[in-house]
Amino acid sequence: MNKELLGLGVLFGAAVLLALPLGRYLATIYRGDKSWSDFLAPFERLLCRLGGIDATRPMSWQQHLGALLTLNLVWFFWAMLVLCCQGSLPLNPDHNPSMAPDQAFNTAISFLVNCNLQHYSGESGATYFSQVFCLMFLQFGTAATGLAACVVVFNALRDGTTDKLGNFYNYFLKSLTRVLLPLSLGVALVLVFQGTPMTWAAKAPLVTVQGDSTFVSRGPTAAMVAIKELGTNGGGYFGANSAHPLENPTYLTNLVENWALMLLPLAMVFALGYYLRRPRLGYMVFGVMTAGFLLLVGPAVYYELHGNPALTRLGINQPLGSLEGKEIRFGAAASAFWGISNTVISCGSVNSMHDSHLPISGMNELLGMMTNAFYGGVGVGILNFFVFIIIAVFISGLMVGRTPEFLGKKIEAREMKIAIIVALLHPLLILAGTALTTHLYANSPTALAGWLANPGYHGFSEMLYEYTSAAANNGSGFEGLGDNTPWWNISTGLVMVLARYLPIIGPVAIAGLLARKKYIPESAGTLRTDTATFGIMVFFVIWIIAALAFFPALALGPLAEHFTLY
Amino acid sequence: MKTQFLPALRFTAVLLVLCCVIYPALVWAAAQLALGHGEGVQISRNGRVVGFANVGQQFTQARYFNARPSAVDYHADNSAGSNKGPSNPDYLQAVRARLDTFLARNPGVRAADVPAELLTASGSGLDPDLSPQGALVQVPRVARARGLALAPVRALVQQHVETSALGPAKVNVLQLNLALDALR
Repeated sequence: MNKELLGLGVLFGAAVLLALPLGRYLATIYRGDKSWSDFLAPFERLLCRLGGIDATRPMSWQQHLGALLTLNLVWFFWAMLVLCCQGSLPLNPDHNPSMAPDQAFNTAISFLVNCNLQHYSGESGATYFSQVFCLMFLQFGTAATGLAACVVVFNALRDGTTDKLGNFYNYFLKSLTRVLLPLSLGVALVLVFQGTPMTWAAKAPLVTVQGDSTFVSRGPTAAMVAIKELGTNGGGYFGANSAHPLENPTYLTNLVENWALMLLPLAMVFALGYYLRRPRLGYMVFGVMTAGFLLLVGPAVYYELHGNPALTRLGINQPLGSLEGKEIRFGAAASAFWGISNTVISCGSVNSMHDSHLPISGMNELLGMMTNAFYGGVGVGILNFFVFIIIAVFISGLMVGRTPEFLGKKIEAREMKIAIIVALLHPLLILAGTALTTHLYANSPTALAGWLANPGYHGFSEMLYEYTSAAANNGSGFEGLGDNTPWWNISTGLVMVLARYLPIIGPVAIAGLLARKKYIPESAGTLRTDTATFGIMVFFVIWIIAALAFFPALALGPLAEHFTLY
Repeated sequence: MKTQFLPALRFTAVLLVLCCVIYPALVWAAAQLALGHGEGVQISRNGRVVGFANVGQQFTQARYFNARPSAVDYHADNSAGSNKGPSNPDYLQAVRARLDTFLARNPGVRAADVPAELLTASGSGLDPDLSPQGALVQVPRVARARGLALAPVRALVQQHVETSALGPAKVNVLQLNLALDALR
């Protein structure tokens, strides 16, 4: 057990230690300062020329959003086209069928918004072509989109007054060529040498030692798994995601994959401080996020290591903890840590089945997605956190009787309205979606019996989890849910769209508005935002918004289940 | 519209080449140097492929070390867990039934000696491993079914225990059973 806990320490330590220099590097390249990676500049210019885009023209925040949304719209049509025709396209050696339109809609949206909710299984529901040219493509595209949007906000927070916030394509392209592609290549290399497949050959027929006949699915897995984690996408190659022994073959690959998904969200936090030349601000944000993360991960590891009390009552010994839905090579501790790190960060890959986790772990996974700002997804985690900062600045400004201001810019009614709308949209989507679905289910429990894999409180948690995951653009699930139906496909698809673009548009708009305001130099009367006091303030704003909004739902689901089990 | 949309289309085409042709080609090229050449590490016996090193397979016969329960009966083209919640009454019933079956097939073993992984389904349904205790508890049955003494079988298990500096100890069931077949 101690070796398992040691593994978690090594993992978290490695993530933080490497995120620091990476954050400095990110700040350097996005600022456009001299960097060792400048040898890629001619290659980037070539890509721009071939792609017919201008990556030098400075853009306003509206132009940024225009470029971002147009690109995303094109990708949506591309994804729909590929998924609806994949059965007839090349690179389909297993002869898998095309997706039905409602499923294709859900999948296209899901990968387009970095959510990667999957209502299909990779082995039978996708083809090698769609995995690589549609799903993996979007995993790169959305991660770079998130990073670029985040840099636009960084830009707006610099000193001085401006409405030119850099060039979207510049940030987007650099994110790909200088961050995501090289890192993915490194992670993919570790994976292929540990046994993850990277092949175009069809699934292998197999007669086992005992004489059973089966098939072993494979494909171009390693390339996709690397960006799945680094881009905090989470959409697995196989149905079982990173629990699958080919997608995550060893304890080492588990460490590397878990490290990879934490790396960029952590690094962007430090990059915020370095970019603005206010490193303390980055450390403050990191401190708040880490406090939230540790508070969630601790109980989850504890409960998973202590096993399921219902099994103990059957006289079963659980020296390794609760193992339903878990793999022996990872163990309960690494599975719990993975579960929480994948939900506070909107990656949503799984190396164990969250549906079978103990109620407190399930609740903490839900809370990770409900707050959605303890690290958060690549780029967008900071955008969510930024909204909470604005609210905290406003509240503490009122408390001490000063004009609320953040980094020398006044926070006024317009910015507050946007911040509040974004902050309240999240609980609204989750709770309204769950309420509506629960109502449907309660009205015809026999007709919709296929929806839930578990009765009682846990069944409610399954529905709550699905909408939370969709709204947090997370993509993990309580996978017992029978979710490949038009209702689930379309309703979660709509939730995902709203929950992705409004939380990007909102913070970028706030930042754009702030950038245009007059800069007020800091004085003795300024509320300092890079202090521990302010950090605690932000922390409580986050908890109050999450706890007040979600506590009743959590009480009906995981908490009720916990108290029946223990 | 035209000024926004057409460049986005063209740019997307360039990105497709970069991310979906060049990048996978590099990974694929590297995989050719790896064990199994990126096709999965296959294990052969007498010239016939009998399994993949990392992918668990069904072992239910008494003469083999049995693998964990699987929600998909080890069909490696359809991975999945059971997704049963910890308080689900049907699930608890199924675990109890597995325990009773195990005790009946392994006389002399007490319930408290059966580690939980032999009674619970894995996340992928393809878990290739057991904990050392999960293999050791099956030694008497396997030895009896094969007419072997306990000591060599137990020693074989111990040889196959893989430990590392971090993470849990494990035994690969396929490798163990192949070695077991070779023992006679």
